[in-house]
Amino acid sequence: MAEVLVLVEHASGDVKKVTFELLTLARSLGEPSAVVIGDVTDDLVASLADGGADTVYVASGSEYGDHVVAPKVTALQAALAASGAAGVLVPATAEGKEIAARLAVRTGSGIITDAVGVDAGFVAQQSVFGGSTLVHSAVSTGTPIIAVRPNSVAAEPSSGVGRRVDLDVTVTDTDRLTTVTERVAQQKAGRPELNEAAIVVSGGRGVGSPEGFAVIESLADSLGAAVGASRAATDAGWYPHQFQVGQTGKTVSPQLYIANGISGAIQHRAGMQTSKTIIAVNKDPEAPIFDLVDFGVVGDLHAIVPQLTEEVTRRRA
Amino acid sequence: MKIVVCVKQVPDSWAEKKLNPTDNTLDRDAADAVVNELDEYAIEEALQIRERLGGADACTVTVLTVGPEKAIESVRKGLQMGADDGVHVIDDAIHGSDAVATSAVLASAIERLAPDLVLMGSESTDARMSVVPAMLAERTGRPQLTFAGKVELDAASSPGTVRIQRVTDYGYDVVEAQLPAVVSVVEKINEPRYPSFKGIMAAKKKPVETLSLTDLGVEAAAVGLTGSWSSVQDFAARPPRAAGTVVTDAGDGGTKVADFLSAQKFI
Repeated sequence: MAEVLVLVEHASGDVKKVTFELLTLARSLGEPSAVVIGDVTDDLVASLADGGADTVYVASGSEYGDHVVAPKVTALQAALAASGAAGVLVPATAEGKEIAARLAVRTGSGIITDAVGVDAGFVAQQSVFGGSTLVHSAVSTGTPIIAVRPNSVAAEPSSGVGRRVDLDVTVTDTDRLTTVTERVAQQKAGRPELNEAAIVVSGGRGVGSPEGFAVIESLADSLGAAVGASRAATDAGWYPHQFQVGQTGKTVSPQLYIANGISGAIQHRAGMQTSKTIIAVNKDPEAPIFDLVDFGVVGDLHAIVPQLTEEVTRRRA
Repeated sequence: MKIVVCVKQVPDSWAEKKLNPTDNTLDRDAADAVVNELDEYAIEEALQIRERLGGADACTVTVLTVGPEKAIESVRKGLQMGADDGVHVIDDAIHGSDAVATSAVLASAIERLAPDLVLMGSESTDARMSVVPAMLAERTGRPQLTFAGKVELDAASSPGTVRIQRVTDYGYDVVEAQLPAVVSVVEKINEPRYPSFKGIMAAKKKPVETLSLTDLGVEAAAVGLTGSWSSVQDFAARPPRAAGTVVTDAGDGGTKVADFLSAQKFI
């Protein structure tokens, strides 16, 4: 059976959840192999084996983070050459999609992004136009390169062989055209990333002010959730732009999405419509968000959300 | 300094969009066509850079689009906002091109125009792939500075340098490179201006060059539905979500939600 490469997402020595989802998906398509780039520890390789990787291709080095995307493309290309893999799966994050894009051009391969599933023969399922249309897409040239959205499949870890192969990668001068001079962290530590989170709690126009987001954050923290915001809230400067969920922001597909004070215009629906369970709190009973919900409450979020946070904290205690 | 802004004409992002059942491509007649919103931020950024550099004597802004006849409207919008001239790549063979094929056409146009800086939105609101800026950097061998929330240009040195804040999940990275470079922008970067009446009148006299694939030396077989390396096989409307329960808060709304979360085993 041919190998299927999974580009590993990792930070601070930990493998991100989406990697285990992709390894699970890869197992249904062929022999799962992980490609891990950057600061690679033995523990990292071991956890990839536990997650199901039969082969772990390693491109170790500190230089990979010093330049935007391109050196990682070269490493992934080396893994593709070494493995003769039948397909490549990457997480559909901003960087994952850029790596996939450049790999596609370099290797003469077709690319599909934002897949929510991949069937036999690398036929990708996509949910487009804000989740209103389901599409099957396929690659006709080269090696299929498919960027899969986090939370699309449930990770089912199953121990793999975990054979380690160190790649011989030659990073070129063209890969070094950009230099990352500084990394600035603005996100509060301890909250899951918006893309990956199993639960997302969002606030919109109804939150009313930057201070109003404190109740949204408290609810999120009680549930171990990520915080999101509608465009109305980020445009008003109430919450940082990178947390925007919607057509011009992030697309999320968590197990649970709680929309607070968000009317549900298509701009927002486009970013969250494929969430598994949707809850909304809004004072307008006519708000279109209520067409999407599994459970909704018409009322003032500033009364309802703190009460909910208290209940969640009490029941979880 | 020469800046080229790549723009894409897309269906209005506030409208419902459809695919065309005959060839599975976007139905461009089903909704009003507008300039991709994120590209307007790129146009605005180009205009602000031109102003900072001292105006039209020091810097020119060209709006470039690839698309059918109607797509010239998106070039016009850029000219109305204040860009100096436009380039419209139009060829029947391009219809149905995927991102890889589109990036090949754009890259050929970029090589011909040879700008110091290429600016574009970080994604289009219809396809939402966010891959064309990276593909352009790959194809043209220019540095990739994408997802910029801030752009600073040092044009005084030679070659000039560009520094951006690359927006990430955790905040941002500061990234530098020498010109010529490819930069994509996110919406927080600025507030695009509306065309003034004067701008709208002036745009009518601004030159727009029309280029075909032959002009660019791109093989027709390398683009369009046949030249694309990926394609849509079939599509269907998503079944509507089953109607949920909506209650009105009577002082116990939070508790009701908690009950629902308990029943669904979230807590």
